[in-house]
Amino acid sequence: MLPFILKRLGLALLVAFTVSFISFSLLFLSGDPAAALAGETASGEDIEAIRRVYGFDRPMLVQYGEWLFSAIRGDFGESYYFKLPVASLIAERLQVTMLLGVCGITFALLTAVPLGVAAAIRPNSLIDRVALFLSVAGQAMPSFWFGLILIVVFAIQLGLLPPSGAATWRHFIMPTIVLGYYAMPAIMRLTRAGMLDVLNSDFIRTARAKGAGEGRVLFKHALRNAIIPVVSLAAVQMGFMLGGSIVVESVFALHGAGFLAWESIARNDLPTVQALILVFSMFYIVFTFLADVLNAWLDPRMRSS
Amino acid sequence: MTDATDPLYQEVQGPTPRQMLKLRALGHKGLIFGLIVVGLLVVIAILAPILAPHDPYEQSLMNRMVPPVFLGGTWEHPLGTDHLGRDYLSRLIYGARVSLLIGAVAALISGVIGTAMGVAAGYFGGKVDAVVTFLINVRLAMPVVLVALAVVAILGGSLTVVVCVLGLLLWDRFAVVMRASTLQVSRRDYVAAAQVIGASTPRILLTEIMPNIFNNLIVVITLEMAHAILLEAALSFLGLGVQPPTPSWGLMVSEGKNMMLFEPWLVLIPGAVLFLLVLAINLMGDGLRDVTAPEGRS
Repeated sequence: MLPFILKRLGLALLVAFTVSFISFSLLFLSGDPAAALAGETASGEDIEAIRRVYGFDRPMLVQYGEWLFSAIRGDFGESYYFKLPVASLIAERLQVTMLLGVCGITFALLTAVPLGVAAAIRPNSLIDRVALFLSVAGQAMPSFWFGLILIVVFAIQLGLLPPSGAATWRHFIMPTIVLGYYAMPAIMRLTRAGMLDVLNSDFIRTARAKGAGEGRVLFKHALRNAIIPVVSLAAVQMGFMLGGSIVVESVFALHGAGFLAWESIARNDLPTVQALILVFSMFYIVFTFLADVLNAWLDPRMRSS
Repeated sequence: MTDATDPLYQEVQGPTPRQMLKLRALGHKGLIFGLIVVGLLVVIAILAPILAPHDPYEQSLMNRMVPPVFLGGTWEHPLGTDHLGRDYLSRLIYGARVSLLIGAVAALISGVIGTAMGVAAGYFGGKVDAVVTFLINVRLAMPVVLVALAVVAILGGSLTVVVCVLGLLLWDRFAVVMRASTLQVSRRDYVAAAQVIGASTPRILLTEIMPNIFNNLIVVITLEMAHAILLEAALSFLGLGVQPPTPSWGLMVSEGKNMMLFEPWLVLIPGAVLFLLVLAINLMGDGLRDVTAPEGRS
């Protein structure tokens, strides 16, 4: 087990390192970051001054090294637009995004797993068809459009929920549904496929033959085995969801890290954008690492690969 | 020589694999629905100049936000007009061009990158495989929407930039699927036979490997095309994709958003068309997988 964890940790660190280099390089994609920062009306002298102040005149690798070492210590520099330390800016906004992410994945799991199990127990039944329809529709649904429809129906027409903001728990209902629905189809399909697979296996037949009750067979024997890959998929989806929260947060004007990303991209606030890309990537890397370790712990066959 | 029309021959042979494929395809409702809708939208996109009742860019400040015909409008503007008085139906029709073009080209670019990486990793294994797997991990760790938005913001939003950014970001699924398929195929006896008779590596890849992973490639192309279309719409909705006045469905939803309180159809119509196109492409992809995959054969 320990060699597997160390190997997997090494890979995670290497990925994180590469991602950090890519997100830092974004600064140089525009050609001259000093000119981009100074704006179109700046004179040549202004650009030179900015270049010296921000240290853009040094070799790129030196700048990257400095940025990385500060970033490891939790210092991402100062936001060009907000004139605040990027790290505290992100830390403050991340709370909303994390809350939304946890609510979203919980919603996805609470709908997808029961639906997937029900669909697998009775293939081709009405509930299987409903589950299939929901997952096919979910995969084609533009999340920004789904969010706007919910606002039109539940906030404007029915007046049941607040259309935007993050003041109370009621503000999180619609964003949770939109973000959760994004992750639902994959989890539902995997649960259904896993359950079908397990239900056809020999040990389930044995359990039934020895007279175990149907509920016990389904939940104690079958679901326990089928749920293992679902846990790891949920971790991956959680990583994707945090990255995808940018769309949902902008639709519902939730001022989380995704909204911050949108604001800072629109305002050319590169230090904030770089830091956010790195932070969102780190979440994905940590989640997938934990999922792999959990999988290896639950299923020793996974440790060899 | 056996005569293929000979009834005896037919009886012994039964339907050919190609005929079986056709039968399976015709019996798959999702595939047929997907093919019809996508085909229809492709024809509409190609014939846009003939089909569109108005110029999609022509503004008319006297005719702003005319409702569609089913909400009390006139046939002059069947789906009404937007906040600048542009004919909504014409913009929708031209918007199909933007979505399909971006989806197809982005899927093509990412398909070339991902297939090259996946086939190389699956066939050569070892260090090549390790590098490709690592690159896939790095790519998956990067938040797509965020990176795409940032790059488009830096380089400036245009059709070309959006297509290239999406093409360079969406190769991960191609690489994953092509790697797995190649791994499977290269263990077959006919590949070993080709190696034994001394066929060159490019020859083996092109004539032994590629034809046998082609079905999977087609499936991934359709699914990634749908993915690219959704992402373009999301980028344009956030204001950092295709720029106005180009008619893009995502942009139309975004423009209609401010009038959503009084004219919800401005948001509903372009979103519904986008949903329909992506749904149809996904059903087509799922259908192709069911029809071509051996385990789907009954």
